[in-house]
Amino acid sequence: MIRWLVGLIGWSLAATSALAADPVTIGVGYLGTAGTRSTLSLVELPAENDGLAGARLAIEDNNTTGKFLNQRFALEERRIKEGEDVVQAATALAEKNGFIVTNLPADALLKISDALRERGTLLFNVGAIDERLREADCRANVIHTAPTRAMLADALGQYLVWKKWSRWLLVVGSHDEDKLFADALRRTATRFGAKIVQERTFEDKGGARRTDSGVTLIQRQMPVFTQQAPAYDVLVAADESEVFGAYLPYRTWDPRPVAGSAGLVPRSWDAAQDQWGAIQMQNRFFKLNSRRMTALDMQAWTAVRMIGEATSRTNSGDVKKVTDFIKGPDFSVAAFKGTRLTLRDWNLQLRQPILLVDGRMVVSVSPQEGFLHQVSELDTLGYDRPESKCKLK
Amino acid sequence: MVLATAAAPAYAFIAYVSNEKSNTVSVIDTDSWTVTKTIKVGQRPRGIDFTRDGKFVMVAVGDDDTIQVIDAKTQSVVDSLPSGPDPELFAQDAAGKILYVANENDNTVTVIDLEKRARIGDIQVGVEPEGMTISPDGKTLINTSETTNMAHFIDTASRQIVANVLVDARPRFAEFKHDSSEVWVSSEIGGTVSIIDPKKREVIGKVTFEIPGLRKEAIQPVGIGMTKDDKTAFIALGPANRIAVVDVATRKVTKYLLVGQRVWHVAFTPDEKYLLTTNGVSNDVSVIDVAAQKVIKTIQVGELPWGVTIAP
Repeated sequence: MIRWLVGLIGWSLAATSALAADPVTIGVGYLGTAGTRSTLSLVELPAENDGLAGARLAIEDNNTTGKFLNQRFALEERRIKEGEDVVQAATALAEKNGFIVTNLPADALLKISDALRERGTLLFNVGAIDERLREADCRANVIHTAPTRAMLADALGQYLVWKKWSRWLLVVGSHDEDKLFADALRRTATRFGAKIVQERTFEDKGGARRTDSGVTLIQRQMPVFTQQAPAYDVLVAADESEVFGAYLPYRTWDPRPVAGSAGLVPRSWDAAQDQWGAIQMQNRFFKLNSRRMTALDMQAWTAVRMIGEATSRTNSGDVKKVTDFIKGPDFSVAAFKGTRLTLRDWNLQLRQPILLVDGRMVVSVSPQEGFLHQVSELDTLGYDRPESKCKLK
Repeated sequence: MVLATAAAPAYAFIAYVSNEKSNTVSVIDTDSWTVTKTIKVGQRPRGIDFTRDGKFVMVAVGDDDTIQVIDAKTQSVVDSLPSGPDPELFAQDAAGKILYVANENDNTVTVIDLEKRARIGDIQVGVEPEGMTISPDGKTLINTSETTNMAHFIDTASRQIVANVLVDARPRFAEFKHDSSEVWVSSEIGGTVSIIDPKKREVIGKVTFEIPGLRKEAIQPVGIGMTKDDKTAFIALGPANRIAVVDVATRKVTKYLLVGQRVWHVAFTPDEKYLLTTNGVSNDVSVIDVAAQKVIKTIQVGELPWGVTIAP
């Protein structure tokens, strides 16, 4: 691959006299946590390189473009284990890389954002969906390609309301992130005129996700847990912790669809997405990684492509110049979602359509028809400028 | 097949429309404006064009990794060409001897000898090659790559890239002015048409679009048709459901014509009286009276019509 690239650079040099002799190298760091989270469904267990694989593909895509512009992209990967110093790891990456793609929890991200502020490193948050990173805790050196909980909840809520499934039975897990997603869903219901007829909490009492006779027990538990509910159209589950959500479809007491953390799920990307030229992307990804592309892969791909897009538009590898362009009014990136993606300049969140998927198919894409906005319909998803508490610094 | 002569008022032409979803090609008679035949083809037919002699229609069936050849006389598939994987759009030289195919899946342009129906070479280009056009003198092939966002200028003699011109996001279609002075490249996601000077090989202007009451993101230019006198361009605007009529000299839109939903590509009848547009989502073809700049007819075709070509 490298030799092939060098060869190509050779002839493109001969053809385009304006190019300098040595290719400009653009270093991109990838900083993630080692290990993966567990899921209820075996088929949804994330791959060890979830996210990273998307960044690798984008580096290849950037290099295909870069060979015409005498630019070369290199990825330096770093996965930190529990207890390792994240700031140290980030600082080491920042030595050689002006851009760092991060898949880290909110607190770790804030730590490195503050540590690297003076250095001018631009960070891309591809994993954390926490609202606060775009609101009270927003940072001027962090761009978010991951959607927020509110964006995901709004995307789902718009569809449910469009479908006239406006009476929701909300079931919330007992972990903090479940409660945050439930907050987002409540806000969505208020915004779009849905009614939460009742809320129930599903306590996590511990226990294994995999057992030899699990199904029998779940089949008894779930109908009982959902019985005697007021009349509702759809059960909305907030279970980011993967404790009960996937157990609900087909097992509710009343025959009702399930949405939220199981059933119809809002995501930035899905392996089933094939519209808007996405099939080429899915094929390229599969060829490179021998598995299908997840939302986290896409969020990382988009981050690295944003860097590539800005370096080719500015014809520069200068971090400051590229950063200014990405944050500027002329920036947009194409990411196989039928529309150009741009940044919300007040908090550096990437605007994006959200897919609603059922694990096999893309059921719909939000924003839904009829949800209007004076600037961009994509801003009907999540917190809008007037509500934002973010002051970039 | 009857060819138009100066004195004749309106001759019937035959248009072929590829239906991306139904895996068919609809044959339209431009006299009665009806579908006279529906031809079953391979999977996901998109790019479609007549051979220069008018005897065959070539249609890229991307999911079958080939280009099928339809005999215009019998209106049935008679052969297939060895394109690379996932062919989408293609261009042929003036003599109709060499075919250049954009293969979206592996970043190459495949070169095919049409007489021998054999693959004779490949050219490495950017990510997701799509738009293809050849300069009127046959010396330069233009290929656009959707994710690299470039128009690649390829010397047809040496089959080497001689220049790369950066355009706006997701360039999908390229069209030369008949006098060779400009290449127009549509950028679907960028929402513009870049005008490139093929001598200087740089962007010298842009056509922009603004439709009151329509959000910017819905304006996604794709297909371009230019009248032979190089005075007027018709540009399909995708989900904006409109064709922009552009004054080529001033590069300004003079009129928007409402057609069907998600308009992809356009083709003129050889006498340039009519322009046909494929409307992907509404499953129909709009007929525009070119002189009057009015939509006069809508014809129902197969599902997700994409490309259109008209017998020379």
